[in-house]
Amino acid sequence: MSMDPRTTAALLYLDGVSVSFAGFRALNNLSFTVEPGEMRAIIGPNGAGKTTMMDVVTGKTKADAGEVYFDGSYDLSRLDETEIALLGIGRKFQKPTVFDMHTVEDNIALALKGDRRARKTLFWRDTGEERRRINDILDIIRLSQVRRRVAGLLSHGQKQWLEIGMLLAQEPKLLLVDEPVAGMTDAETQQTVRLLKEINRERTVVVVEHDMTFVRELGVKVTCLHEGCVLAEGTIDQVAQNQRVVEVYLGR
Amino acid sequence: MIAAIVLRALDRGAIAFLVTLAAIGVIVPLLNLLPPVTSSFYLSSYFVALLGKYLCYALLALSIDLIWGYCGILSLGHGAFFALGGYAMGMYLMRQIGTRGVYAHPVLPDFMVFLNWPELPIYWYGFQHFAYAACMVLLVPGALAFVFGWFAFRSRVTGVYLSIITQALTFALMLGFFRNNFGFGGNNGLTDFKDILGFNVQAPGTRSALFMISALALMLGFTICRIIVSSKFGKVLVAIRDAETRTRFLGYRVEAYKLLVFTLSACMAGVAGALYVPQVGIINPSEFSPANSIEAVIWVAVGGRGTLTGAVLGALLVNYGKTFFTSGVLAPYWLFVLGGLFVAVTLLLPRGIVGTVHHWWKQRSQLRQVEHNGGEARSMAPAPAAE
Repeated sequence: MSMDPRTTAALLYLDGVSVSFAGFRALNNLSFTVEPGEMRAIIGPNGAGKTTMMDVVTGKTKADAGEVYFDGSYDLSRLDETEIALLGIGRKFQKPTVFDMHTVEDNIALALKGDRRARKTLFWRDTGEERRRINDILDIIRLSQVRRRVAGLLSHGQKQWLEIGMLLAQEPKLLLVDEPVAGMTDAETQQTVRLLKEINRERTVVVVEHDMTFVRELGVKVTCLHEGCVLAEGTIDQVAQNQRVVEVYLGR
Repeated sequence: MIAAIVLRALDRGAIAFLVTLAAIGVIVPLLNLLPPVTSSFYLSSYFVALLGKYLCYALLALSIDLIWGYCGILSLGHGAFFALGGYAMGMYLMRQIGTRGVYAHPVLPDFMVFLNWPELPIYWYGFQHFAYAACMVLLVPGALAFVFGWFAFRSRVTGVYLSIITQALTFALMLGFFRNNFGFGGNNGLTDFKDILGFNVQAPGTRSALFMISALALMLGFTICRIIVSSKFGKVLVAIRDAETRTRFLGYRVEAYKLLVFTLSACMAGVAGALYVPQVGIINPSEFSPANSIEAVIWVAVGGRGTLTGAVLGALLVNYGKTFFTSGVLAPYWLFVLGGLFVAVTLLLPRGIVGTVHHWWKQRSQLRQVEHNGGEARSMAPAPAAE
C-alpha cells in the first residue's frame, strides 16, 4: 500500500477534486479537510455531489483531478475499495445495506475487524473474544434481542442501526455516514443522534444529511456543498444565514 | 482441528444424505453382481451405468450450486470444465487401447493414424500414466477457470454479462474440439475404450467399481461443499451474493473469494466429467455444447439452489425424467417438457424442491417457537441508544 510522507495534519484532505460523468461535473474543484476526532455534517441540495464525494473517498469512483489524502499519508486515488476499507474508512450507504440472508449477529461477525484473507476465513473458528465484541456491539445498537433473526426481516430503522453496528465492528478511524436518519421516526432520529455522538468520542465521523433538524441536533461544523464545490462552511447558524445558501438550498 | 471443522459442516440432514448415498453406492452394484439374472432383485448393467451417469451429473450440479447458489456466479458454461475433465480421462483411455485399435498402432490412437499424423502431439504425452491423467483432470479445468476467473472477476464482470461470456467460453471450446487438427478426434471425439487400470471398462465388475467411485466422489464433493458453506468463508460468499459492494467496503477482497470458489468448482466439474467418460464410453465435442451447461443449471434450479442436496436431487430427477420421456412415444416432446419444467419451477417453485421444503419447515418451527414463547412481543421493542 502506498504511503507517502505525512503532508497534512488533517485526517481527510481533499484538494481540487473534480469528477465528471458524461459531461456532468459532479464534483467541481472540491476542497475541504476533516480534522482527527471531528464530527462533520455535509449538507447540500440534490445533485450537490455529496454521495460522489463519498464515492471518491471510498474508492468507488476515481477523481479526474485533485488530491485525496487519508491520515496525511495515504493517497486514496491510488487505492481500491478493499484497500481503503482496510486502512480504516467505514461507509454507511444511503439505503441501508446489510446482508439480508444472514442473521444479525453474523452481519456483525462478518464486519468485525480481523484477517479477511480467504484462507483465514476458511479455517476460522469462533473465539470468546469475538463473541464478546459482538455482544458489546449488539448492546450498543440495541439489537441483542433479535440477534438470531435474519437481517432481511428487520425494520427499516433496525437495519440502519445494524449497518452502523457493522461500521463499529470494523473499528474504522473515519466513518462516512450517508443519510442515517432517512425514513426514521422522530424517536429513532433522537436515538441515532445519541449513537453518533457516542461513536464520535473515539472516531472521526462525516455525516451527509438532508434533515436540518437532525443536523442542528448534532451541533457540529457544517459544510454546505453546491454544484460540486463548497458553498459555505461553519456552524449551522452561520451556514443557515449565508445568503447564497438560502438562495440555493434553504430558501426553497 | 480438522475433525472439528468436519463436525461443524455435517448437520443431521447432511449426515442422512451421506448415509443414503453410501447405501446406494453399495447396494446398487451388489444387486448387479450377486443375484442371478433371472432374480427380481437383479439390476441390469445398463441400469448401473445409467445411474452412475446420473451421479456424475449430480456432482456437476453440486459444483454449479456452490458458485451459483452461494456466491451468485451463474456460470452457463460449466459443461466446459466437465468436458475437459472428461477429455483428460478419455485421453488416458485412448492410450490404453494400444495395438488393439483398428490400425493396431502401438502409440497413436486410431484417428491420428487415419489423419496420417507421424507422431503423438506433445500435449498427448504422459497420458498413458493414470496418475498423470488424474492430475490433468483437476489441473486443466482448474487452470482454465483460474485464468478465466482472474480476468473476469478482476474486471468486475458480474451477473448476466458473466453468464454470457461463460457461454462464449464453452462455445469456443466446442468449435475448437470439433476441428480435426485440434488433436482430440474432431467430431467423433474419443471412444472405443478398452481398459481402465488394466480392467475391461465393459465388465460388470469394472462398471460396479466405477459406480461406487462415483458415489464416493459425490459424497466427498458434498462434504467439501458443506465444509466451505458452513465456514466463515461460506458466509462471505453469501455476503458477496447478496451485497457485493457492501462486502467490498467491509474490506473483503471479493475477486479473490470468487476466484477461489470458481476454480474449486471447475475442478469438481472436471472430476465429474472424468468419472462420466468411462461409464458412457465416449467423449465428444457435443459435451461442450452451451445447451448442456444450461440444462445443468436447470437441474440446480429444480432441486433448489443454495441447498447442495437440492442440486443432487434435481440432477437425479430431471435426468430420470429425461430418460423416461426420451425412451417412449413422448420422445419428440422432451425439449418442451424441459422448457416447461424450467418455466414452472421459476414461477411456482422459485426456491426449488428442497428449498421450498426447507423454507416451509423453518417457518413451521419458528411458528411453534413463537407459540411456545407466547409471542415475540419482548423481542420486538429494541431501540438503540448510546449510554
